[in-house]
Amino acid sequence: MSSVASVTAGERSRPGRMSIAGWVGLAALAIVLLLAPLIFTHYWLSQILTEALWLGIAASSLTFLHRYGGMTSLGQVAIYGVAGFAMANVVHTVNSEGGLNLGWTPWLGVIFGIAVALLVAFLFGAIASRSYGIYFLMITLALALLVYFFFGQVTQLSGFGGIRSVSHPGFMKDPITDPTPLYYICLGCSVGVYLLMRYVVRTPFGIALQGIRDDPPRMRSLGYNVPLHRTLAFTLGAFVAAIAGILSVWFNTQISPGSIDINQTIAVLIIAVIGGLSRLEGAWIGALAFALIDYYSRQDTPTLGLWLNPGRFNTIIGLVFLLIVLLSPDGLIGIGHRLGRGLAKVRGEHATGVGAARSGADTVTEQAEVPAGGSSSGSEVQEA
Amino acid sequence: MRVVARQGPRVLLGALGLAVIVWLFIKATQGGQTFLTETLNGLTLAALYFVVAAGFTLIFGLMRVVNMAQGSLFLFGGYVAFVAQQHWFAGGTSQFQLGGSTTTSVAGWVVPLMFATVVIGLVGLGIQQLFLRWNQGQDLRQALITIAISVIFADQMVAHYGGVVQSIQAPTSWPNTVTIGSFHYPFFRLVVVGGSAVVIGFLLYLLIKRTRFGMIIRAGVDDRPMLSALGINVQLVFAGAFFLGAMLAGLAGVLGGTMISVGPGLDTQFLLNALIVVIIGGMGSIPGAAIGAVLLGLVQSYSSIYLHFGSTDLSPYGVLAQFILVIAVLAIRPLGLFGRPA
Repeated sequence: MSSVASVTAGERSRPGRMSIAGWVGLAALAIVLLLAPLIFTHYWLSQILTEALWLGIAASSLTFLHRYGGMTSLGQVAIYGVAGFAMANVVHTVNSEGGLNLGWTPWLGVIFGIAVALLVAFLFGAIASRSYGIYFLMITLALALLVYFFFGQVTQLSGFGGIRSVSHPGFMKDPITDPTPLYYICLGCSVGVYLLMRYVVRTPFGIALQGIRDDPPRMRSLGYNVPLHRTLAFTLGAFVAAIAGILSVWFNTQISPGSIDINQTIAVLIIAVIGGLSRLEGAWIGALAFALIDYYSRQDTPTLGLWLNPGRFNTIIGLVFLLIVLLSPDGLIGIGHRLGRGLAKVRGEHATGVGAARSGADTVTEQAEVPAGGSSSGSEVQEA
Repeated sequence: MRVVARQGPRVLLGALGLAVIVWLFIKATQGGQTFLTETLNGLTLAALYFVVAAGFTLIFGLMRVVNMAQGSLFLFGGYVAFVAQQHWFAGGTSQFQLGGSTTTSVAGWVVPLMFATVVIGLVGLGIQQLFLRWNQGQDLRQALITIAISVIFADQMVAHYGGVVQSIQAPTSWPNTVTIGSFHYPFFRLVVVGGSAVVIGFLLYLLIKRTRFGMIIRAGVDDRPMLSALGINVQLVFAGAFFLGAMLAGLAGVLGGTMISVGPGLDTQFLLNALIVVIIGGMGSIPGAAIGAVLLGLVQSYSSIYLHFGSTDLSPYGVLAQFILVIAVLAIRPLGLFGRPA
């Protein structure tokens, strides 16, 4: 239990350690985010910030499961697809284009979508919860692809080419002509799920979950129901993913099997990894980076024959992903840590330099050890 | 009561399995011809899945590397053979003619097959040496690296070969069908693909059980540090196994490209199939890959045709049958049928 205790101690002391500069930065960030509709153009507000926020929510569910549950799930996009499709099927679609079109009110659709996603996620979690490390990754990927092919084949539920013109709550306006309400909804949801996840990891459940991440056999012998904890954590992650799914349907006004294909599954993984899997905040940082790369690569990419041109977004994001995984497994947050450490050394602030270096080194080694430790301890459990 | 509760899933799944067998038996007696065709369809699909999954499971068993690029290597193998056939054996103009109007010699199929197999083996070797060799043991990081490579590969293949679905021409001198009595079945599917899988399975068995290289691989699966302590060059063995595993993907790509087609999206489909096969068969086990492939192939094939109940057509829901297969196996054996703890 010592490692569990140290983790929670670290979590608790972190806000207390935040410097004045940190608080000022946070306040500035909050002001920029709150005033964003006044600062940025419609296009930026919608295509960069709003997209980054809902993608960040989806990726944060993956980060949460990886960081606190030791479960690197590739099923998050499938879960949000289930939520999105469930909602899109039951609510009113303007021209009844695809789907069941039962004509429910939008809010009832939201509740139904999230409920269906939670049920499916509980089932997926129950299947995958006895697998650890890389096995968990593979099983959730297989489940995710099955969901994709399911919606691809069952056109009754997915329409031909997707369900379009899905209706949304009235106060949201049309996200294309007035993106501001949807932006605030996404911002509110992001803050909400962030606080929810931060809260959960400090509850007894969250602490037990981190114990299970570190040492499943020990937690089992202490009397914890390990598969049940992991299943419930997966379901909680699915709740966050389902919110992202609802927001994605409102953002795109439609959902099709293509919106939950393997590219999207991997995109959410890429976002979480680029940002950094060691902190929940990384999900939104990664999503912002992803949206920016998407935006700039489509206009500024030099043309090198067929190999590289503005249409080759996937090649570019794949290369970025590869570079991040090769050079900085801790993502942009890890790069930030290292830069901060370098700056501190240059300034000669020795005391803080050592502190920053230690915390940076901690996250890096933790990052490297989690997968290996996860798989080896996982096999012990399965043997037992 | 506890015993009943523990045995509950088994009893339930046993009943389900029995119901499926009875259902298939009824269907078989109603239409023997269709049943035979569907069984062979399933088995030939399984042959293809086995070759891809055998490479995947070989790499995983020895190195604990989940090669998420196996589907990309499969599709790239198909494209390499397709391009080789177009350039070397068709005068470069046949792509504007309808398939089948040109003649393809036996060499015009076999040479691209061998070329693509070796090229894909080398590509795989390159991936292993450049990206995976130096972070051995970090299995999540290695999986992420191969995912990144598969993203780049998929995009580059769309850029270079376009979105049109094409297929590799089988030699025109080979018969189109095999005929037994009044029953016809495509020759290529049954004899070439089915035969290749059986031969490959047998050769892999010999390689692993009877040769020194296989002995080293088996030892490496059990205890890698001990193997290297005994003075075996583990890196060389890893490189060899990765080359072999990638080669199998390339070979399957050519077989699949002739039997089905080559086109975007097949990489995902075959990655999924390989994943399901090794999840149900047990990761790292080649007999497991064979059994898993047969189960998956048959389930896919039967569920595509036998899900009509009266007037309701449930065949679009056939994907759920694969899903149930995965759940059923994992519920009883979380490590797959032949899986063992690492």
